[in-house]
Amino acid sequence: MTSLQILVDGFAISSLYALAAVGFTLIFGVSGVLNLAHGGIMLVAALIGWWVAGETPLGVYGGTVAGIVAGLLAAYITYFLVVRPIQRSSAIAHEEKEIFVLTGTLLWGIMIQTGMAYIFSDNPVTMRPLIGGVVNVFGVRTPRNEIMIAVLCWVVIGLLWLLINRTRVGKQMLAASINPRGLTLLGFELSKIYLRVWTIYGVLAGGAGVLLASFLGVGTANAGQLTASAFSIVVLGGLGSVSGSLVAAYVVGYLETVTAYLISPTLRPIPALLLLVLVVYVRPQGLLGRR
Amino acid sequence: MTTVFGPRLLLFIAVFVLVASVLPLWLSAYVLGVLTTAYYFGVFSMAWDLLFGFAGEVNFGPTFLIGLGAYTAALLDNQFHLPIPVTVLAGALAALVGGLLLAVPALRLRGPYFGLVTLVAVLLLQNAIVIFAAFTGGEIGMTVPDVLSIDPKVNYWYALAFLVICAILLFGLSRSAIGLILQASGQDAIEAQALGFNVTKHKLAAFSVSALFSGVAGAMLIFYMGAASVGTVIDIGIGVQIIIGAVLGGRRTILGAAIGAIFLVVVTEVLRPLGQLNTFVVAAVALAVILFFPDGLLGHVLRPRESE
Repeated sequence: MTSLQILVDGFAISSLYALAAVGFTLIFGVSGVLNLAHGGIMLVAALIGWWVAGETPLGVYGGTVAGIVAGLLAAYITYFLVVRPIQRSSAIAHEEKEIFVLTGTLLWGIMIQTGMAYIFSDNPVTMRPLIGGVVNVFGVRTPRNEIMIAVLCWVVIGLLWLLINRTRVGKQMLAASINPRGLTLLGFELSKIYLRVWTIYGVLAGGAGVLLASFLGVGTANAGQLTASAFSIVVLGGLGSVSGSLVAAYVVGYLETVTAYLISPTLRPIPALLLLVLVVYVRPQGLLGRR
Repeated sequence: MTTVFGPRLLLFIAVFVLVASVLPLWLSAYVLGVLTTAYYFGVFSMAWDLLFGFAGEVNFGPTFLIGLGAYTAALLDNQFHLPIPVTVLAGALAALVGGLLLAVPALRLRGPYFGLVTLVAVLLLQNAIVIFAAFTGGEIGMTVPDVLSIDPKVNYWYALAFLVICAILLFGLSRSAIGLILQASGQDAIEAQALGFNVTKHKLAAFSVSALFSGVAGAMLIFYMGAASVGTVIDIGIGVQIIIGAVLGGRRTILGAAIGAIFLVVVTEVLRPLGQLNTFVVAAVALAVILFFPDGLLGHVLRPRESE
């Protein structure tokens, strides 16, 4: 019974982790940016979605759309106001750009977190589920919403795969991740590609934020934890490797669920952290990463 | 002495120490308390700057080293009632071991990977303290029976003396040959190695020194506060504050890092009436500084010029 419960619950949580981490890894793969404001962007989407769903006549679906749009806007602001000025700054030495982007997005994430806490208070909020009802999966009572989230995550990830591997736009992104200079020489504008990647990222992070709010609930205090879990999933899978991130999301999701059910909910994040340290020591490029 | 510091800087330090040491005659206990904490944070930021600015190691977890020192000292004092100097020494040793543990992956991993390891180290330490709540007091924290002093003026002077000693040692180290080699290996490890410098040895030294100072400062801070808690010495937020302080003041300057950290603690305190918004304002100011003055507020003044 418990094992089935773990299987079902773990699957839903892992799918959500995968959706949240895929955007993060995409940005790193294509433009080399580690966005530490990631949790903040998810937070904006979750809180705006929750607020619109609860306080306006637009309802849950309007809230979902509003949340995703808010996530997209937050991603744009991150790119135009923080990441791009640092990348273009002539006062920062080239080898120091990385640490400046890390510090800048970290600060921006803190600003989002405290700003949101000021507007919405720091109480955790839970959005009403997008669809109600409970169904029986292998004898486990599972909310329909949970199944819908898992399916939705996989549909979105599938669409992303098609976009990257089967379309012209996606192939340009792939090329940008492999050899940006070569792409520029062929006459493509990198800044346009980066903008597209950030757009996709904004939608993914926004969607993950809204779904998280309707599944587990989100509070402003979670922002750091959300960034950390996306970061560790992405490193575990291999920085820049989308398929690696998917595998890692399931490893972390199930490891956490198993710990929470069988040992103690308070120890929930620890085995995943230990695994991460171990992998980073033994295989720094991650499970499926390339050097 | 004068060759390392230069006459102007020496004068500046002398004036600062003189002014700072007579401040208790006028200032209230509350202001002194803020400054005392600020001075310890100054040491934290200087120790961090040695690793980041000079050795080029992205350390997101300065509080791992600080927390190890602080909690080791607190546990020994709380459980075995050892005298303060012994516990501070033990704390320094624990931080040193922690620093060497961090140095092992640092020698193998690059930038973001190492940054993540340091972040995870902090989270693991935090979790360990919560799990062993029976000894460590968990999230609530634990009190230490001994304190440095109950007089705010004496505490202030302790902190000031500690800050000045650390500043002289770390600044001297950063301007010595070792500092230059560290800087070289931080910027281009392969070339530094090709020039015949032992990069591994120097990085290990940087980790040890940074860890020692962090550990001692962490232990001193809890004996000033009379309590050790996750929220005051380990939380990632504290680590971020130390990093912001160093970047704000100017990386690779040591003294700038200390001034930045002190400034940040004081500003946070001044902005306290803003309530929840004060962290927002501090983060916004820090972001503006790194966007518009990437060398930090004092980077231009304190960094040795190429022509000199």
